[in-house]
Amino acid sequence: MAETYLDSTELVLNMGPQHPSTHGVLRVIVKLDGEKVLGTDCVIGYLHRGVEKIAENRTYTQFAPYVDRMDYVASVSNGLGYCLAVEKLLGVEATPRAQVVRVILTELNRIASHLLWLGTHALDIGAITPLFYCMREREYVLNILEKYCGARLTTHAFRIGGLQYETYEGFEQECLAFCDMFLPKADEYEELLTGNRIWVERMRGVGILSAADCKAYGVTGPMIRAAGEKWDLRKAQPYSGYQNYDFDIPTGEFGDNFDRYLVRMEEMRQSVRIVRQAVAALPAGPIMAKVPKVIKPPVGEVYVSIEAPKGELGYYIVSDGSTQPYRVRVRPPSFVNLQALDKMAKGCLVADLVAIIGTTDIVLGEVDR
Amino acid sequence: MKKLLRKIFLADLLEGLWVTFRNQDPKYIVTEQYPFARPKVGERYRGAPRLNTNPENGETLCISCDLCALACPENLIVVGWERNAQTKRKELVNFTYDTSRCMFCGLCEDACPVDCLELTQDFELANYSRDGAIWDRQMLEEGPKPARYKF
Ligand code: SF4
Ligand code: SF4
Repeated sequence: MAETYLDSTELVLNMGPQHPSTHGVLRVIVKLDGEKVLGTDCVIGYLHRGVEKIAENRTYTQFAPYVDRMDYVASVSNGLGYCLAVEKLLGVEATPRAQVVRVILTELNRIASHLLWLGTHALDIGAITPLFYCMREREYVLNILEKYCGARLTTHAFRIGGLQYETYEGFEQECLAFCDMFLPKADEYEELLTGNRIWVERMRGVGILSAADCKAYGVTGPMIRAAGEKWDLRKAQPYSGYQNYDFDIPTGEFGDNFDRYLVRMEEMRQSVRIVRQAVAALPAGPIMAKVPKVIKPPVGEVYVSIEAPKGELGYYIVSDGSTQPYRVRVRPPSFVNLQALDKMAKGCLVADLVAIIGTTDIVLGEVDR
Repeated sequence: MKKLLRKIFLADLLEGLWVTFRNQDPKYIVTEQYPFARPKVGERYRGAPRLNTNPENGETLCISCDLCALACPENLIVVGWERNAQTKRKELVNFTYDTSRCMFCGLCEDACPVDCLELTQDFELANYSRDGAIWDRQMLEEGPKPARYKF
């Protein structure tokens, strides 16, 4: 009979965990009415490695390389957050030179992270070309990181109390050369995308998340800024000397996909500004503060959060006075931002769901930990 | 009106194509021709481990202090040593390093007091078996010998 053919019941569909546009092993159970999304349900944990549990069996120094493996596209930020947390627990502060070098590397890494996001997200929407260009420019950042600390992705660049490595010869010039080279390239991406009708139609008005919703879900980073909220931890609670730099917080208006894209593009330009100021202000001096060889913080607990490329990255560390942390809890931005997916995706089309996951900018290593 | 004309002549798409065309310039080609040309990695690159020897007499620099093994978060270094009855000094007997579990964080290298253990610029670590990933002292002193192909 015709009714059984043209059945109009809901369809439950699995997207992922091996779907190319979920950026890793995320599984989304999508409830569909035709093309329309009625609801989504995220299944996570495919990349769970128990990082927080590992921390309980490692000394403070030994745990530092593991945090790089959470958000592997912005590992420098991860390391910075962890080092700041342990430093606060110890009551030491990194030396001025170390702080400035940290800012330079973190901002360069932010550019690299946003570039990777832009490239892969454009690929999801159907624009292949930006991916190649973004990867090409990202390579310059990775080369600076490689020359500085010897690794490209999982950098382990910072140590508790400062830095392990002094900057290499030509570090400042290379950073500035990258800044000069990058700004016209950013304009080029905008030329490719911002005016492109397909891009605009796919992004404008899709996946709206208002500022009130962002706050309710705890969404941070470019997503809340796209909703018009001027919230950036670098300004709100400056760390590592961010109060000394002059930069703006870009905000959007509607909180849709397009605004998130624009906010990230502008953030890269602001990062370039910070890098330039930081390179100009790079002081001489020691790179390592006085920390004991065996790190044994006093009993206590700290929570330190920083503005990672994806949002607020927090570390909560409990010390029981031994050489190993009693408990480490990470507040990963991607994990919290992913919660809002259902809210954004309700009522949109399946193809838009891909775009929404894309602009949420998740890294599954961080979601699952 | 201008908007309509832009729409009809697909101006925004042509602008994008122009960017693509500009980037055809050979000076923008960055693809590496590995394995025809091996990339030059940074001086501080943390790649394959190496146990350095004294260049004059070939003796190992290692003093069997075990600090690298203690520093490693993954506990993958095993230093085997024996006390020489005559000189009363520790002598290195064996040294195993499991590259399959190593994350190349560099903590062992930092811990070594005599610059013996070092992470070098060799990056070709592939091998055919899991056992092959566990390097002994001889391998660590000689370094990996990846096949060099002639084309
Ligand atoms: S590089 Fe890190 S993981 Fe590898 S052996 Fe050294 S300390 Fe252990
Ligand atoms: S730290 Fe250096 S000297 Fe000590 S056992 Fe390891 S390789 Fe040998």
